[in-house]
Amino acid sequence: MIFKTVAELIAERTDCDVSVVTPESKFSDLGIDSLDTVELLMNLEDKLGKEIQLESKVETVGELVAFIETL
Amino acid sequence: MLTGKIAIVTGGSRGIGKAVARKLASLGADLAVIYAGNQAAAEVVCSDIISEFGVRAIPYRCNVADFTETKSTVEQIKGELGGVDILINNAGITKDKLLAVMSEADYDEVLDVNLKGAFNMIRHCTGIFLRRKGGCIINISSVSGLMGNAGQANYSASKAGMIGLTKSAARELASKSIRCNAIAPGFIATDMTNEINSPLAESIPLKRFGRPEDVAEAAAYLISAEYITGEVLRVDGGLGI
Ligand SMILES: NC(=O)c1ccc[n+]([C@@H]2O[C@H](COP(=O)([O-])OP(=O)(O)OC[C@H]3O[C@@H](n4cnc5c(N)ncnc54)[C@H](OP(=O)(O)O)[C@@H]3O)[C@@H](O)[C@H]2O)c1
Repeated sequence: MIFKTVAELIAERTDCDVSVVTPESKFSDLGIDSLDTVELLMNLEDKLGKEIQLESKVETVGELVAFIETL
Repeated sequence: MLTGKIAIVTGGSRGIGKAVARKLASLGADLAVIYAGNQAAAEVVCSDIISEFGVRAIPYRCNVADFTETKSTVEQIKGELGGVDILINNAGITKDKLLAVMSEADYDEVLDVNLKGAFNMIRHCTGIFLRRKGGCIINISSVSGLMGNAGQANYSASKAGMIGLTKSAARELASKSIRCNAIAPGFIATDMTNEINSPLAESIPLKRFGRPEDVAEAAAYLISAEYITGEVLRVDGGLGI
């Protein structure tokens, strides 16, 4: 569920097909830098309606989804 | 020119901040005027802006040195005015002492208001800028931060710090169309400088103190200058040459 939201947002941002985004995808491989990740989090906050305080570095889409699921 | 834009001016109740708030309102921006304690002054600034320029203007009491207070104030502004496009970090204080007798509190307080205050506001506005895909930050530094000044070690350190903050923010946020510049005023005639006697004006190449409006013009210019980021603009009559 959260994965789907994240994948769609990434696909929208990077103009790629949503099927390209897997939990193993690295943000760097998707062409998303650290500031883009922050921006993505802001969009996710708006979509999910909760505040996300990302303290540690996440490298893959799966790591981000796992982090959000703990909130 | 700024119609539909929303601007926050910290320390907008008096002096330079008041002039900047009025200038931006005259260009069509809606204003959030942050002040520390001078509620009556801030309310007058806002009611004058509303009646003279027909834009929205709301005063907010907030200690910029306080991380959580700035967070909730920015949220409140976002809720009431609808967002933030322009942030002017102008709130500032002096506690001038010679180094040999400067207290820890004098040092900490000046750094907290001037430098951490600017950080706090940028920290809480950046998320809004990212969501709105653009923004403009102006930090009011000082010539004192460029040249140093005897008796102002704390103040100069805070103002030099603001220049580093400006340049890092400019680099970090440029790819998201968020610009950050600084203005370094010299001697400007406000409450902050009214104890300084006029013979000092002789040391200024243009032979006069600046007006708050001189700084406001520079701020309006930097807002319009879409290819300028990470710059420090002196508005000092040549003092810092
Ligand atoms: N005047 C100069 O010659 C000169 C030269 C170089 C740089 N600057 C810089 O320009 C800026 C404005 O100076 P000014 O001469 O206009 O100063 P000012 O007349 O003394 O006004 C200071 C403003 O900052 C607000 N303020 C102070 N502490 C605050 C806090 N903790 N939280 C929120 N707001 C706070 C005050 O609010 P209240 O009204 O509620 O107290 C007031 O609106 C300062 O950053 C100063 O360092 C001034």
